[in-house]
Amino acid sequence: MGPGVCRDDKPVGHRVSAELNAMPLAGRDRAIGYALLALAVLCVVGPFAWILMSSFKHQIAILTGAWSFTPTLSNYTEVLFGRRSDFAGNVANSAIVAASSTVLVLVIGTLAAYSLYRFKWARWVTAGFLGWTLVFHMIPALTLVGPWYLAFRELGWYDTLAGLVLTHVTLNLPMTVWLMMAFFREIPPEIDEAAIVDGCGPLEAFWYVALPLAVPGLIAAGVLAFIFSWNEFAIALNLTARDTATVPVAIARFAQQYEVQHSQMAAAAVISTIPAVLLMALGQRYIVRGLTLGSVK
Amino acid sequence: MRDTLNRTFKHWSLLPAVLVFLLLTIYPIANLVRMSVSTIEFSGGVARWSFTPLSNLQLLIGDTVLGAAAVNTTVFVTVAVTAEMALGLGLALLVARLARGKGLARTVMVLPILVPAVAIGSMWKLIYNYDFGVFNQALTAIGMMPVNWLGSTKVALIAVIIVDIWHWVPFVFLILFAAVEGVSPDVIEAARIDGATNRQITWRIIVPLLKPALAVALIFRSILAFKTFDEVFLLTSGGPGTATELVSLHLYKVFFEQNQLGYGALLSLAIIAAVIAFLLVSRKALPQRGMA
Repeated sequence: MGPGVCRDDKPVGHRVSAELNAMPLAGRDRAIGYALLALAVLCVVGPFAWILMSSFKHQIAILTGAWSFTPTLSNYTEVLFGRRSDFAGNVANSAIVAASSTVLVLVIGTLAAYSLYRFKWARWVTAGFLGWTLVFHMIPALTLVGPWYLAFRELGWYDTLAGLVLTHVTLNLPMTVWLMMAFFREIPPEIDEAAIVDGCGPLEAFWYVALPLAVPGLIAAGVLAFIFSWNEFAIALNLTARDTATVPVAIARFAQQYEVQHSQMAAAAVISTIPAVLLMALGQRYIVRGLTLGSVK
Repeated sequence: MRDTLNRTFKHWSLLPAVLVFLLLTIYPIANLVRMSVSTIEFSGGVARWSFTPLSNLQLLIGDTVLGAAAVNTTVFVTVAVTAEMALGLGLALLVARLARGKGLARTVMVLPILVPAVAIGSMWKLIYNYDFGVFNQALTAIGMMPVNWLGSTKVALIAVIIVDIWHWVPFVFLILFAAVEGVSPDVIEAARIDGATNRQITWRIIVPLLKPALAVALIFRSILAFKTFDEVFLLTSGGPGTATELVSLHLYKVFFEQNQLGYGALLSLAIIAAVIAFLLVSRKALPQRGMA
């Protein structure tokens, strides 16, 4: 029952695919194939490159559409440290909300997933719970923002980070439960049962046996929950005010001003993509697996 | 203490999640029902409710923007999702047959899914800009008239659909690519021995085997496209006029710009009912274990 037994396993989606090497493209087809792939990659990367370039331009260089320009960091310093900018505060708000909602949703979601996977619940409990996670996941969050707004005003949670954290926990709970259930299912039941035979209680079997084996799942679910919370806009727009606004809300403000602050909007948008790019670099295989899991199984 | 925790673990492990759903989803939906038959006004920061069951229905019937929003949303979802499925499938089948570039494709394609939609809106606001955007620079360079991408009623909806396609082809690609890689080599080998051509193997064997993944991608994309809000809010906010007004944007405006919480609740209930109806209809197409 050593921890991390599964850590070196290759995620499912990454199995080396021998099958289609049975029909590789050859000759002219292969050249066209690589050209199309290059085009697709260029289409995806292009807009990122364009905004990255814009973020190093003075507003005037953006407005004239100049291709050659002297790069400047002034947009970044202006956005992060400028006296008229709250953006540093927005980054702090987003970080606090994303981190706390991720920790909470991992605890709540993992416990629920283990409970549904391991214990014999009546069918209506399992079906009802999982059915509701699917329905709720599909409903536009905006339909619930109205009642949340009314309730939070009454409770004094409107315009607080804690209130926003709760809504983000709710939003990410379905995905966390599905992912963790899928990862728990891959643990052979004999391992759990052996622990019980050895005198572990159900809580100990969960804590010492199942949880360590599900660490890749925790990483996948945690990274995705963090990113989705960091990116979330529709709820934050309506449940926060100036002091509690998150990064996406701040970027929208740059874009919505009468005179659009293109250079600062670009710099702020580039900063907002940093967590996704960083986490991507660190845990790509977990993320891709998390995003595609369930659809392939 | 420890024994009690152990004995009741089955129950308390599920309890927090149930509480979250009860308090933050079920209760608010029940509240929507109450709100939908009320008029809610704020005086001195306190909400005052009055029971006016018919006035919200009248607002619904008299809502001319809602019709435009429904039409736009239907066009948006149909065109965007069709293009995303076709391009995503084509790309997945292509990349699977290339010896190199799989890792690169996977890395690059994850990016649009993970960055904030608001940042994507910002990118395309720069790209579509009338005066200095890259599209209009290219058009003028080859001697054509610049296009008012986001400001013309004829083009704006197409422009936001293009952004959605750009945003979500990678998602469809990732799901289908994982499924293509899951196709057993034996099946293909057997078909080849039976004399099937590459084209036949692709369309008669691989694509039919992708059906569950195709269904999941189609259903998920349809509903997520229906929910689209962030990018369009940033790019056009529904304008010019109602050219890009989507149901989600309209709901936002009713709730938070016109402050009609009662009518907004009625609209919300209608949207929730529509989503559930869509799920029930499409449930049969989902693979057995679905997303669970």
